[in-house]
Formats: sequence, structure tokens, C-alpha cells
Amino acid sequence: MALTALLAMVRKDLRLFMSDRRAVIVAFAVPIFIGAFIGSITGGNTREGRPRVNVAIADGDNSAVSQAIVEAARADENLNVTVTTEADARDRVEKGAIAVGAIVPQGFGDGSISALREQNGTRPELEILYDPSRTIEVGLVQGVLTQHIMQAITRAVGVPRPQLPFGVSTAAVTARNAPYAGYNSYAHSFAGMGIQFLLFSALNLGIEMLVERERGLWARLRSAPISRFTIVGGKIASITIISLMTLLVSFGFAMIMFKVRIAGSLTGFLAVSIACSMMAAGFGLLIAALGNSPKTARGVSTLASLVMVMLGGAWVPTFIFPKWMQQVTLVVPVRWAVDGLDATTWRGLGLTSAIVPTLVLLAFAAVFTAIALVRFRWEEA
Amino acid sequence: MLEIRNVRKTFGSLVAVDDVSFTVEPGRLTGLLGPNGAGKTTTVSMIAGLTRPERGSVLVHGQPLSGDTDPLKRKIGLVPQDLALYDELTARDNLRYFGALYGLAGQALATAMQAALTLVGLADRAGDRVKTFSGGMKRRLNLAAGLLHDPDILLLDEPTVGVDPQSRNAIFDNLEELKRRGKALLYTTHYMEEVERLADRIVIIYNGKVVANDTLSGLYAGATPGGAKSLESVFLTLTGRSLRD
Repeated sequence: MALTALLAMVRKDLRLFMSDRRAVIVAFAVPIFIGAFIGSITGGNTREGRPRVNVAIADGDNSAVSQAIVEAARADENLNVTVTTEADARDRVEKGAIAVGAIVPQGFGDGSISALREQNGTRPELEILYDPSRTIEVGLVQGVLTQHIMQAITRAVGVPRPQLPFGVSTAAVTARNAPYAGYNSYAHSFAGMGIQFLLFSALNLGIEMLVERERGLWARLRSAPISRFTIVGGKIASITIISLMTLLVSFGFAMIMFKVRIAGSLTGFLAVSIACSMMAAGFGLLIAALGNSPKTARGVSTLASLVMVMLGGAWVPTFIFPKWMQQVTLVVPVRWAVDGLDATTWRGLGLTSAIVPTLVLLAFAAVFTAIALVRFRWEEA
Repeated sequence: MLEIRNVRKTFGSLVAVDDVSFTVEPGRLTGLLGPNGAGKTTTVSMIAGLTRPERGSVLVHGQPLSGDTDPLKRKIGLVPQDLALYDELTARDNLRYFGALYGLAGQALATAMQAALTLVGLADRAGDRVKTFSGGMKRRLNLAAGLLHDPDILLLDEPTVGVDPQSRNAIFDNLEELKRRGKALLYTTHYMEEVERLADRIVIIYNGKVVANDTLSGLYAGATPGGAKSLESVFLTLTGRSLRD
């Protein structure tokens, strides 16, 4: 009889979830939209080439040297060059349309050649304009242009094949035996948003338990001859299934539309996903146990979940956090979920990379559920 | 069939129910009356197993009710004061869920659902969502959900609140039918005329204690030397005229 009741609870919760259009949209469409947005602005799919920095170059010199600089910049795989006027370049940077503008002043070619020959002459200045909110791109553009300027000037003074006295090789490092491995910012953004909205779904279902209490449905449930463990088991099962659906639908969409691949262990990916959903189910139960009313529980739990996803690296990767914060956030369950999903998707790592995140998430699920069981108000007045 | 024996329940310093005893017999409806905060709902909650009495016991067919999973709970059906239904689900899906909580499945569940829906006159609306129902229809479905597992004892906590006279009358007809089938009914309400019409026995609770337990005619005769003219006057005599919060 316990199994009949448990299955009925799960079936009922799934029907209720599917009948709530708002809940379905929040669970499925919103994470896809936000995941796609964040993925696109944080790099896209780098297996299709590294992202380029947009730069506007104004050639006020129009000499052989300056033209060679512009051509070399255009051919550079790190830059996406627009040749324009000084006023337009300044205007674009000012309005934030591009991060960096470079002004090659009149006489730059001749001036730099003579400065190189005489060593003590007046040096012409290349003017770099940049958006103060995007300082990382300035360094890159400055370095790349310096290289091209040096090559153009040395060629102009007669060095037949000017080149740097050393070579540089770069390699994106992911698992060696995972053919689909490679950074895809959509893999991270969809993991993050999937987890965020998985938590929202779980919280909503937890809060629904408080609504059920207010509406007398809890009294009807408790008057039936079923144990507390069956009730909790049914809730955990239904919340886990709905949370898992939220995550898997998001990832499915990302796989189809943005070429996200589970480059590592599929078993590991599923283990982390299921453990994360169970953690969310435990968290939902905890909210139901600690909340006095749906209204207050909704406010507190939304804040708590937003803090969790923020500190867990669901919005931005944790490697950009300060060192101390990277350590502190290990106590946030979302951090383990994001790391586990990153490991099994774009990093292409094997099952062993998912074991620790899975176990930690299951431990969080157990702790949340245990506290909920202890604190739950089982008796009706 | 149902015997409440010396039950007591406190919430902190508040004594909600104190040494309450009464019985409910098969084929009889017992009205449980009392002003707000008298202890009616707490008493019903203890009978339904929602809360445990600190002292005393609830006996079903002579056996004490104990624990969440006690099979004796199958003998009891609860019709809560709230409309304990899922508005977004159909009437059939609501009953399917509530029936499964009592272990009903397959053909047995289908038969029970059909019988309950037919009794309350909602068989033709089984596939409609509850949110499309009127208040009276929801009250009748609330009753059907409590009956689904064919309990011997039915606890009705203000089952006619907010319904029109037609639906109230339909519910009364249902209760008369259930009495004929031998069910023991415990009915709490604030509507004196309902108890006057339906109850075979009336228990009045005041400040957590039973202050009267008799038939309607017995209450009339015992209230004043000359006899009372209405149940309301008996009630006000026993429980006072001061306002309750």
C-alpha cells in the first residue's frame, strides 16, 4: 500500500506541475533563454575558433608602414578589425560599441623608422582608446598591435623577413581521449542556469507543501494510513524527477542548438545531475519544514537560492573569484554541481571526476532531508 | 463503533480539550457543537490521527487508534472544513489520488470513484477540472473524497460552509443515505438548524469540556425548567452569550 500511495503522490505532483503553465515556463523556457544569453556573451563555442576582440583602427598616416600594420591586424586571428576615422573610432569606444580603438597618427611610419635608426629621436605615439569597463581587452590589443608594428617597421628598414626571435605555441587542454572536449561557454552557462532553475522548481514544490497545509490537503494526507517516510519519500521522488527534467531539458536544448557535448563520462554526468536534483529536493523539503507560510518562505528561499547559485559559480565560473572565496564556496552545494557538470561536459573527464561531486551532493541531500524530518510540523492542531 | 474516551490535548499552557468522552454509533449522526475555540477541531483531529491525545484514547470498533500507519485509520473518513481538493486537477484525478492513499488501485479504485461521484451527483463532471466547479460542487466532491475508501466512520468538519441551499440540501440527502447504510457520522457545525435536522445525538463542547451529551429532545427538556424552544437557546444557555474571537 505504501508503494501505491507513493506512486500516487509522484503522479499527482507531476500532473500539477504540468498543469501550471507558469511553472513549466519558469522551469524549461527561462533557463534556456538565460543560458543561451550568458553563453553567447561569455565566449560561445571555442571549438569553432577563439572569440575575437573588436577593434577600430583609424589610419591617419596612410603610409606604407601604417598600411602594413592595418593589414597585419586584419589578418590576425585575435582581432576583428574595422578601419575607420579617428572621430568614429572615438565615438564607438565612447558609446561602448567596441572595447578598443587605435589611432595611427600622421607621420607615424616615418617617425618610428627614424626613432629606430637614431635611437634618441622623438618617438611617435600610437594612441589606444579603450572602454574603462573592458580593460582585459586593452592589454591583448596593445600586445598584438605592438608585434605587428615592430614587424612593419623592421621590414621598412630592410630586414628581409622580420620576425620575433622565438615562437609561441598554444594548446587548449582538456581530456586527451575525449574527442568532443573543448571549452564551450554554453556548457557552463546551461549547467549554471539549469541548476538555478532546478532549485527554483524544487523550492516551489516545497512551498506547495505549505500551501497544501493551508488548504487542508495535508490533513487529508495525514489522515490516511501511510507513514511519514512514505510521505517524505513521495515528495523527494517527485521533486527530484521534476528538478532532473528541468536540468536535462536545458542541456538537451544546448546540445541541439549550441553543440554542447557530454565529452566525458555520461554515467558521471547523470550521477551528478541526479544527485543535484536530490539535493534540491532536500532543500525544498527543508524550506517546507522551516517556513511558516508560503509567502514568507518564498521570499527567504528565493534569496537563499540566489546566493547559493551566485557563490556556486552558476553565473560566472569560480576561477574568477578571489582565492579565499574559491575555498569558502566549497561549502555551497551548487559549487559541486557546477564543477561536476563542467568536468563531465566540456572538460571531457571520466567517471572518477564525478564521484566526489556526486557524493558531496548526496551528503547535502541527506543533511537537508534529515533536518527537514526533525523540524517538520507533523501534527495538526 | 467510535468511542472517544477521556481525551486531553494541550498546546503550551492552553488546554484545548480536557477529559472529553462520547460515542458515535453506526447508522447515527452525532452533532458536535461548540463556540469558536471550544476544541471541536482538535477533537476531530485526534480522531482522524492528525494529532495525538496526551491522555485518553480513541477506540474504533473497540480497538485503540495508534500510529500513522494503523490499519484502523482505513475505517475513518475525513471531510475537512477546508476544500481539500486540487483545483488544477479533474474530479477524477483528485479521487484517484485520495483513493490511492488508502491503497485503492485498479478496478477497485474505479468502482469506488464511480460510486462516490454518483452519490454526490458529480458523475457527469468527473473529467472536469475542479476549478470550474461551483462552491457547492466542490463541497460535494470534498465529501466524496472522504467516502472513497468506504469508511465505517465519517468525520465531517463544517461540511456546508459557504454553500447555497440547494447544495446544502443535496449534502443532507447524502448524509441521510449514509446513515441508512450504517455509517457512523460525527458532524461539527455552527448551524443549529442543521444539527436539529440531522443529529440523533448532540455533544456540546465548551472550553475544551463536554457540557452536554444528549438527544435533541433530551437537551430541550433538560435546559430549563419549562423546556427550551430551540437548540440555539440551549446552546447559548450552556456556553454563554459573550463574543468569541
